[in-house]
Amino acid sequence: MEGIRKVFPGVVALDGVDFDLRAGEVHVLLGENGAGKSTLIKILSGVYRADGGRVLQNGRPVRVAGAEAAEKLGIAAIHQEFNLVPHLSIAENLFLGRQPRRYGLLDRKKMEADAAVLLQRVGVDAPPRTPVRELGIAGRQMVEIAKALSLRARVLIMDEPTAVLTAEEVNRLFAIVRKLRSEGVGIVFITHHLEEIPQIGDRVTVLRDGRSVGQVPASAPEDELVQQMVGRSIEQQYPRDTGRVTPSAQPLLRVTGLRRAGVFHDIHFEVRAGEVVGVAGLVGAGRTEVARAVFGADPYDAGTVEVLGKRLPGHNVSAALASGLGLVPEDRKGQGLVLGSSIQENLGLVTLRKATRGGLVDRAAQKRDAGRIAERMAVRMAGLDQHVGTLSGGNQQKVVIGKWLLAQSRVLILDEPTRGIDVGAKVEIYQLINELTASGHAVLMISSDLPEVLGMSDRVLVMSQGRIAGELTAREATQDAVMALAVGTSAHGANEMEDSPRGH
Amino acid sequence: MAIDTQPGHRLDKRPSGNGPPPVIRRLVLDNGALLALVAMVILMAVLSGNFFTTTNIVNVGVQASVTAILAYGVTFAIVSGGIDLSVGSVAAFSAVMLGWFTTNQGVPVFFGVILAILVGTACGLVNGLLIAYGKLPPFIATLAMLSAARGLAQVVSEGAPIALPDSLSWVGENLNDYIATPVLIMIAMGLIAGLVLMRTYSGRSMYAIGGNEEAARLSGIRVQRQKIIVYALVGAFAAVAGIVLASRLVSAQPNAAEGYELDAIAAVVIGGASLAGGVGKASGTLIGALILAVLRNGLNLLDVSAFWQQVVIGAVIALAVLLDTLRRRA
Repeated sequence: MEGIRKVFPGVVALDGVDFDLRAGEVHVLLGENGAGKSTLIKILSGVYRADGGRVLQNGRPVRVAGAEAAEKLGIAAIHQEFNLVPHLSIAENLFLGRQPRRYGLLDRKKMEADAAVLLQRVGVDAPPRTPVRELGIAGRQMVEIAKALSLRARVLIMDEPTAVLTAEEVNRLFAIVRKLRSEGVGIVFITHHLEEIPQIGDRVTVLRDGRSVGQVPASAPEDELVQQMVGRSIEQQYPRDTGRVTPSAQPLLRVTGLRRAGVFHDIHFEVRAGEVVGVAGLVGAGRTEVARAVFGADPYDAGTVEVLGKRLPGHNVSAALASGLGLVPEDRKGQGLVLGSSIQENLGLVTLRKATRGGLVDRAAQKRDAGRIAERMAVRMAGLDQHVGTLSGGNQQKVVIGKWLLAQSRVLILDEPTRGIDVGAKVEIYQLINELTASGHAVLMISSDLPEVLGMSDRVLVMSQGRIAGELTAREATQDAVMALAVGTSAHGANEMEDSPRGH
Repeated sequence: MAIDTQPGHRLDKRPSGNGPPPVIRRLVLDNGALLALVAMVILMAVLSGNFFTTTNIVNVGVQASVTAILAYGVTFAIVSGGIDLSVGSVAAFSAVMLGWFTTNQGVPVFFGVILAILVGTACGLVNGLLIAYGKLPPFIATLAMLSAARGLAQVVSEGAPIALPDSLSWVGENLNDYIATPVLIMIAMGLIAGLVLMRTYSGRSMYAIGGNEEAARLSGIRVQRQKIIVYALVGAFAAVAGIVLASRLVSAQPNAAEGYELDAIAAVVIGGASLAGGVGKASGTLIGALILAVLRNGLNLLDVSAFWQQVVIGAVIALAVLLDTLRRRA
């Protein structure tokens, strides 16, 4: 790809990007959110058309005019949102639109036999008839990879494939990626996890603000990569002095004996003013479920939730909100934002009722407040009426957090607050967490990013199989200590949890 | 809609493509329905000498009024991510109840009107309860009401029109050569609908719920309660439309407004609302209703057969949505 340029109304997304991919290599595409990675791969896979530049294959210019053209050129992409039909079987998903036919009817037997071969290649041992909805996220990803293989893809684009995987699943994914590489497939690999780059990559191209700013070998030190990405070096990745909170500080959130049959049990914890409590654990350990139950988004069977000493009724978001509890959900786009609405609307969502007098909303005040909070959080935007759907991930997350700040929530539950967010925006969110706790807020932070949990938490709760397996102080909490608790007494059981689908 | 990550921090750049300046392009795209209406009026005026006369323009307004009032209500449902198919039936049922209260039971006209609006609101309330707490899809709940309300209208009226008191006929008449009461009511209801959508808690909630119901719920909006309010409002607007229609006919007819729900939905969609929810405006809906009325009226004047009129209207609906899709992509 040479000199690729793409313009959206109001923004130049890509400006003169060069990118090349050899057969049998893993080429990592690195850049902050909003740097243009997604746009670039959407051009390569035929979703968007470039406004300038050209794409060459084997030295010959080609036109990727649409998804079908990309398929013919052997280019397959695995996006963060999977293109699978949940209710159809694995086999049907693999051959969707090109099912083998006999006498004009589907040849189910052949389809399932072919599917079994593909599944074996990617190491999935589920029968081809299994409906895709019964697979976990890792399993679905493997189905996507198998689909790309069945298309004889020579170029495989993977957009943050590891973002939703546990450590063990990542290892399995890497094994398959290496196998594909040895078979001569060229792989474009996008990740925000710098430590993965030397493990899996061969070369790295760094994008910044829609330009390719450099190409380095994957063995380059992390500092150098970060500096290229953000154009400055980040002094301190986790800007928090942990473990300073005095134990006598007032508990803002107290959870006792919380239980939902089959999901979580015996959940006890406190979060005090000025404190960040991290919640670590494997995917499927029940962390998100607990957070949602505490917030009243889902029901629970037994136990109590108290905010500032007052007991909350179960399954009642309004009461939780009124008591000063806020939730930044794990699925930013699906649960945190109204993507088609403006920044102002989204920021004012929680405070909408408070801004209503006699049924009428004080829109001027809403606008003033939204402007104030957007400025305080340094949301990078064209204006308050820009649609949040067009913001980068980090700025979207600032909007989600911002609406709770406007509501003056004292206790914030952050569920994977930095997932899919670039390094620069991550640090901004960490700094925000620091400011909040410094002003007496309490933060409960669920995260699958272990260094983040360790770097930001004053205390760490480790969940395993629906229970709190242990609590560690900032000093005690090391990667090994947390993982030992997370995997729990029965490592086998933990693995099973890992593969189970995660609810919503 | 699928564009997810774009740099948000390069705001100084303007698209430098060719074609008309972006401001004009934006203006055309954002006001597509309004421009279409203007173009259609000019076209009809050129094609038919009888179109652009005071009498006929007032006539078009009157013809648009019932559809527009129904469609304002449907806008609430569509913006909140739902749909209401029952508005035609609810309009007829409310009108029949108006006749029954005033003519058969001797209730004073003023209270009769209030009661009729309450009847419409109650129908909407039932829809809302079925949707919010019965978890029925809005399509199904209101389809059931489409049938039930129509049936009730027939039951109460015993299948025959009920004459309305003379003191109500002014509602359907013209004040003078230039102003017709139905048009005034259409404008007033439009202002109310606009106020509800833009300025009230319920209105803003409709956009949030239609845009992302889960995000709205997790932001403390009482989604189920708001849905009930939405459908109750739709019912109230339907009742007003029914009263205007009956006043024009000077009788409440149990089979009036049949199929009007489809015109109402068409008006909302032509006006730029998205059936996926979260998008829509009262002004757009008014324009949509006017487009349909101008089209019907103009085609009548041009002696186009009623059969072909249906074909043309179908084409216009498809075209409007096509244009809207293009706009979203731009």
